[in-house]
Amino acid sequence: MNKEKVIFAFFIVLALTLNFGFFLGELENPEHHNVFEFFAALVVSIICTVLKLGDRTHLGALMLATSLVADLQLVVVALLWGYAEQISSVGMTPHMMASIISMAGGALLANVISVILLMVETILVRR
Amino acid sequence: MNNLLYILMRRLRKPLITLIVVYSVSVLGFVLIPGVDDQGQPYRMNFFHAFYFVSFMGSTIGFGEIPYAFTDAQRLWTMFTIYATVISWLYGIGTTLALFQDPVFGRMMRRRRFAAQVRQLHQPFYLICGYGVTGSVVVRKLAGLGIQSVVIDIKESRIEALSMDDLPLPPPGLTADASLPDVLDDAGLQHKHCIGVLALTNRDNVNLAIAIASKLLVPQRMVISRTESDVTTANLDSFGTDLVVDPFCAYAEYLSLAAHAPYMHLVYDWLLNPYHRPLSSAYRRTRGRWIICGYGRFGKALCSEFAGADVELVVVDPDPPAQNGLSAQVHGIGTEAHTLREAGVEQAVGIVAGTGNDADNLSIIMTARELNPKLLTVVRQNLRANGLVFRNSRADFIMEPGRIIANRILAQIKTPLLPAFIEQLVDRYDDVWAHTLLNRMSSVVGDQELASWAYVVSHDGTPALCEALAEARKVTLALMLKNPRDRTRNLRAFPLLLRRGDEMKVLPGELHRLEEGDEILFCGLEEASRQMDWTVNNYNVLTYLLTGDDNSNNLLARWLNRSNKET
Repeated sequence: MNKEKVIFAFFIVLALTLNFGFFLGELENPEHHNVFEFFAALVVSIICTVLKLGDRTHLGALMLATSLVADLQLVVVALLWGYAEQISSVGMTPHMMASIISMAGGALLANVISVILLMVETILVRR
Repeated sequence: MNNLLYILMRRLRKPLITLIVVYSVSVLGFVLIPGVDDQGQPYRMNFFHAFYFVSFMGSTIGFGEIPYAFTDAQRLWTMFTIYATVISWLYGIGTTLALFQDPVFGRMMRRRRFAAQVRQLHQPFYLICGYGVTGSVVVRKLAGLGIQSVVIDIKESRIEALSMDDLPLPPPGLTADASLPDVLDDAGLQHKHCIGVLALTNRDNVNLAIAIASKLLVPQRMVISRTESDVTTANLDSFGTDLVVDPFCAYAEYLSLAAHAPYMHLVYDWLLNPYHRPLSSAYRRTRGRWIICGYGRFGKALCSEFAGADVELVVVDPDPPAQNGLSAQVHGIGTEAHTLREAGVEQAVGIVAGTGNDADNLSIIMTARELNPKLLTVVRQNLRANGLVFRNSRADFIMEPGRIIANRILAQIKTPLLPAFIEQLVDRYDDVWAHTLLNRMSSVVGDQELASWAYVVSHDGTPALCEALAEARKVTLALMLKNPRDRTRNLRAFPLLLRRGDEMKVLPGELHRLEEGDEILFCGLEEASRQMDWTVNNYNVLTYLLTGDDNSNNLLARWLNRSNKET
């Protein structure tokens, strides 16, 4: 058992599960989407990106790319949420919530690809 | 490039993760800890405000407790996070600084910068491996001729010397092992402007590796290599290395020429060495007994060169005679008077101090001169740092292997015709002929430096000459020798060799008609070569020399000329 591999896989899968948990629920209903879960998803996603830095293989490059996509989407979600809650005069609207969750859905897709790549690598190496 | 980025990323992975974790825990803490607003109502900070607060606190800006004054619980958490964030920042910055100080990282940075510099070269350059005595002389001379070079050496101190030498065309330099193909590749081995590779390191197998790599990648490019053993010489020749220089053989040849044919030797010396000895220094007393101290590589090369001539050789060597199979050998180093007397120094004409130790060599010639003041002395200088002592040793010849190779290589680079001429000279002519030639050279240049240069009659090399030939004009060698400022006078130069196809004509006559494809070697004053450049390149100058008309050839002038003729 390789400790490094465990940590690596743990964070990648955790990024997916947290993202999925946040995404789950009615699209326009803010009650169904926990802000703490989103915070955890964002932090874990950024940690994943840093973990993937510096891998020279082709697969490593692909994983870094998916991670960067997930980060981008989640940061946009954070910006939208901050705008809706703090800056916008009307506060959170169902319309705003829907776009936030659809962005998070995009990040979810990127995280799924990331996990698939992780599985591909594991199967290919077979060690 | 990528290597550098990967190292940077991998080293910074830990500090970055630390930073992310510390920030997220701090933010989370502020969101979870209950606070009190200005009306005394309980409230919770949201992520937006928490992140804002941690951002300015972590960077130690500190705008105060925002949005409301903190409770004690919040202050406790703030205290904890201040230390945590500051420490994680210090850790991150410290790691980055350490990375830039890392010698491995620095080497990679230098390598990358060097490769980029070489890639950006847009002019022909020579790749020089080894920046010792030979390398530095060659690079300096090339820079003087306006030719760019790129230098690799395995020693850091030599590359530092390169940057401090203050050359007119600063060459990019790299500290690396030149026998590695990827180093050579970074140094421009596959660059389209690389016109020649010079393997001048003092290890034969490295030179061999460089020459092979170059010949494999670009077969028609010039490769010059130095070598110190016959096996390597044969190996290098086997795959078509353009010039192989063995410093010991080259010097032995040079010296044997001095002993057999002093005037021919002077011609050789004048043509190859930038600083030549005066005509009166030709050595007359050279036949007789020669003592050779040290039977190493140099001694062996010398013995095989001298064998066959009417010269009596005595070798002085510390090895027992049985081991090297020599008949006339005296046992000893040669620094003591009794050894030299035993070798017959009183009757000898010359002594060669060719051991591998500079102090021994100097001691040998000093002792020998005391015993026989008329002795011709040849001393081998091994270390460049001893130059001052050797210059003042009053020896007739100082053999410094590095300079010998440098002169041979520069002759090859400047004009490949020059080595061809010297070959003709040594093979086909005698010393009397060389004496006549020397007198002629001397009357042309006097005490100044004798320069040599060559032209190939072609559209690229001599456009004006080609145009004149295309107009079926009679172009002779005499025309090229006229002074472009005044056609009634001649330049202080004369032709040495004319090569047409396989035919070589030594000292061609001045009425020789030129044809396209001819190669001509001239010698004379440096200034004459500059004047001659005008003749061969500028059609107007050539017309003046041919006809005496000093016309410009533009449209207006032609039109004016025509109207002049009409009236």
